[in-house]
Amino acid sequence: MTDIQYVAPRTLDEAVAAFAATKGAGRILAGGTDLLVQMRNGVVTPSAIVDVKKIAEMIAIEETKEGGFKIGAAVPGATLRDHAKLRKAWPGVVEAANLIGSTQIQSRATAGGNLCNGSPAGDSVPAMIAAGAIVTIQGPKGRRELPVEKVPKSPGRLNLEPGEIVVSFTLPPRPKGSSDAYLRMIPRTEMDIAVVGCGVSLTLDNGTCTAARVGLGAIAPTVLLVEDAAKALIGSKLDDAALAKAAAACSAACRPIDDKRGTIVYRTKVAGVLLKRTTLIAAERAGGK
Amino acid sequence: MSTTESKTDSAVNDNKWIGQRTVRPDGADKVTGRAAYSADTNMPGMIWGKVLRSPHAHARIKSINTKKAEAYPGVKAVVTAKDIVNFPLDKSVMLGIQDMRWMCRNVMAREKVLFIGHPVAAVAAMSEKIAAEACKLIEVEYEVLPFVVDVEEAMKPGAPILHDFLKHEGKPSNIAGTLEHKLGDVAAGFAKADVVIERTFHTQPVHQGYIEPHACLVSVSDGKATIWSSSQGQFMVRAMCAYLTGIPQNDIRAIPAEIGGGFGGKTIIYLEPLALMLARKSGRPVKMIMTRGEVFHASGPTSGSYNKVKVGATKDGKLVAAQGTFCLQAGAFPGSPIRGAAGCAFAPYDIPNVHSVGIDVVSNRSKVAAYRAPGAPIGAHAMECVMDEIAEALKMDPLELRLKNAAKQGTKAAHGPVFPRIGFVETIEEAKKHAHYTTALPKAKRGVRYGRGVASGFWFNAGGESSAQVNINEDGTVVVITGHPDIGGSRASTANITAEVLGIDYKKVSVLIGDTSVIGFSNLTGGSRVTYASAMVVTQSTEHVISILKERAAKIWKIDPDAVVWENGEARPAGDNAGKFEPLSLGQIAAQASATGGPIGAGKQLNTTGAEGGFATHLCDVEVDEDLGIVRVLRYTAFQDVGRAIHPGYVEGQMQGGAAQGIGWALSEEYIYDKNGKLDNPSFLDYRMPVCSDLPMLDSVIIEVPNPKHPQGVRGVGEVPLVPPMAAVANAIHNALGRRFYSLPMSPPKVLASLDMAAE
Repeated sequence: MTDIQYVAPRTLDEAVAAFAATKGAGRILAGGTDLLVQMRNGVVTPSAIVDVKKIAEMIAIEETKEGGFKIGAAVPGATLRDHAKLRKAWPGVVEAANLIGSTQIQSRATAGGNLCNGSPAGDSVPAMIAAGAIVTIQGPKGRRELPVEKVPKSPGRLNLEPGEIVVSFTLPPRPKGSSDAYLRMIPRTEMDIAVVGCGVSLTLDNGTCTAARVGLGAIAPTVLLVEDAAKALIGSKLDDAALAKAAAACSAACRPIDDKRGTIVYRTKVAGVLLKRTTLIAAERAGGK
Repeated sequence: MSTTESKTDSAVNDNKWIGQRTVRPDGADKVTGRAAYSADTNMPGMIWGKVLRSPHAHARIKSINTKKAEAYPGVKAVVTAKDIVNFPLDKSVMLGIQDMRWMCRNVMAREKVLFIGHPVAAVAAMSEKIAAEACKLIEVEYEVLPFVVDVEEAMKPGAPILHDFLKHEGKPSNIAGTLEHKLGDVAAGFAKADVVIERTFHTQPVHQGYIEPHACLVSVSDGKATIWSSSQGQFMVRAMCAYLTGIPQNDIRAIPAEIGGGFGGKTIIYLEPLALMLARKSGRPVKMIMTRGEVFHASGPTSGSYNKVKVGATKDGKLVAAQGTFCLQAGAFPGSPIRGAAGCAFAPYDIPNVHSVGIDVVSNRSKVAAYRAPGAPIGAHAMECVMDEIAEALKMDPLELRLKNAAKQGTKAAHGPVFPRIGFVETIEEAKKHAHYTTALPKAKRGVRYGRGVASGFWFNAGGESSAQVNINEDGTVVVITGHPDIGGSRASTANITAEVLGIDYKKVSVLIGDTSVIGFSNLTGGSRVTYASAMVVTQSTEHVISILKERAAKIWKIDPDAVVWENGEARPAGDNAGKFEPLSLGQIAAQASATGGPIGAGKQLNTTGAEGGFATHLCDVEVDEDLGIVRVLRYTAFQDVGRAIHPGYVEGQMQGGAAQGIGWALSEEYIYDKNGKLDNPSFLDYRMPVCSDLPMLDSVIIEVPNPKHPQGVRGVGEVPLVPPMAAVANAIHNALGRRFYSLPMSPPKVLASLDMAAE
């Protein structure tokens, strides 16, 4: 039998040192809503747990001097929802984080944990990708930044170096006429896991889409940034033809699997359906359409 | 709040307590977390048991070596099949519906493991963690065998055979048994039909989904065992443990814990005999709790099935013949609910020619356990979907078709009985005139379609053995003890009945569930029998108490007991000739009990009969998202003849709960197996039961056509509500989309695939 070491440092440097010292056998604990379940199911048996919820930078939501937001990786969904300015600027990111689990889970579950769990079905990840979030990472060799879509490598695996911790997400400032949205398909109405998830962020100028980003989840080994879908939307008035083209781009980007949660055929088709619906919600929020 | 209406066919309602929504006796404890469920009891010196389970769907056990586990620090006992009484394969030993040959092999694999999760050994240790570690040290040598899970595959020639001793038509087979009901001549019947519809259906195994996992605590001292566990019958727990351990029943005391759901799934035991043997070996109390994964892998779901139903009708809508073959997946051992499927499917209708066959098929999956009207929902799903197609072919209203053919008093059912007064017609008539049926569906809009479906259903219901004791306390209050775990409100119903018969305030009656050493034998809480049967023994016990009370009053007044009447909770002289005395209340008589002859109380034990069947008709409205294939139930109304609603709140709860489970079975619940025969969705995340937000408020219409064979007119209530829903939902989806679905669940990928096929 092995005992598990638990540490809850107050600084990032301590956390990085403690995590690096486990040589890959440790786990970061944010909300714990994935980690504890995995431990209980015997999927992981970490030698040490590094709790990051006492590190100020990781549990803060700050407005950046550029006019964006910096969200600590260990901020729970419920806290994001309670932040009125964030909710106004990034309703899609906030709604995605708050689709995860029940009310109790939302009080614990974090965007950082959702990203680092590495599931292609994580709800907050497509929304963060659509938002163009930049992830700040700290490790034994210092700090670096990475676009959020570059973090996942394959199911359960990340493009992080040993000892590196995801610290925060930086969301860019919002030009006028911008908004975002996130929709997922689940067979139930809540308490479920995405069969397909779609995040869209866009900017409208006089009804014309001038900027867009699309994130798609649960349709490939990792959550994808679908640039072709964004291209189909940019320059259009989000008319049926543009939406159909963007939907087709989403379906074309899908590399899903058949599993207990959905079929290849189903996921491929639904990716396009969700793109259309999500885009229209984002557009309405942006004040267009 | 749900809309509830009550339709009573006669003016029986001059009752004070029967029919009242009294406060549930167990309510406060449950909502405040005080109720003690099976995992809530602890003892000093208690240790923990864990089960080592098979990683193979089918394998011969060549050897088991437990030496390393036994030597592991902290381990106190290890048991294997050697510690469980062996019931030889050639002789059936039945206990209720369970054959001990299968039970002894199900609780602990003997010659073979037959499903992933099949217990192979159990360890008791100082902690759960040590027990789990020690399980890993048990060396089991397996000879892995080919396996088969699906019922249709298991019936095919060349399928891997689970049990060499099972023969069908002279050959080794996975077909463990068949059952046949015949009425009239189906060939002649079909010859008269203008419309014949024949369809094939598939349903998946679904779990009862109770919130409380199986758990128990067992202590053995001086050869006497005490078992704390939640089950649907403490006497079943005692008897099964006695059979499986060889300990006589008088040395086993089974104490029923509060139960966190059963739905039939706790009419059987898994952990108790293992904990008992571990406790006996170790000399320590042993506690065992299943994980949710263990519950899904190794406790009984109901059968998956493969069914064919053929129905013929004349052009004026009279059913002339029906034929059904229902192949049900029993799992590892024989015993799937073919009787419910083959017996109930056609029972709602007066059909002159019926041939109904049930086929029990074993396969490499956990052994089936009862699930709410076992088998009947499977049979009804097929029949009621075919009924919808008959109505469509005849351009008849589906309720009209059912009304025209409805079974009524005097109808001979294919499974045997001639129905006495029943209320099936009333369920259809109430549905027809209900606002749900007369209100138009919303108009289809882009991407969204609406549909309405109807279906009916029947369940046998059961009587059986029950015991009760009614004691008058010294202060004139009353304690009633029965022997049935209360799953659906039987304590409140019993209190209503006792208060009514005695003519006293409901609050003066406490109802307890006795353990096996304090109350007489009482059969399972199952078959929708508890309120039915308890009411009979409680009524007779209470009437006996009243006769004693009258005798005591007579003694006090020095008059003849026949000159005393009992009215409104007090003894009165029968008339002026009896003498002039002030009435004596229950409290006054109780206070003088010692002086007038001793404590006052009475008990009754009966094998009750006359339960008679129950019928229901359900209406369902759905909304279908054509682009995502998602079906949502918008409105649902259940109409059921309950005989007499002793506690209408609980009756509605049963109707709503059954409908909710049926909607889950219809749309989202299923056991999904991977290529190794392993259940791939053993959690509530991926085993998709509906959550609250998936359902509308489910409406219930209580119809009361009293059962003439019962003192209060009760019919069983709890199981019928799960019989109609799957067909009601399927028929509603057809009404919305024009597409028929013959396979459950009607999940979004299936619905979308069907729509895409239609578009091509």
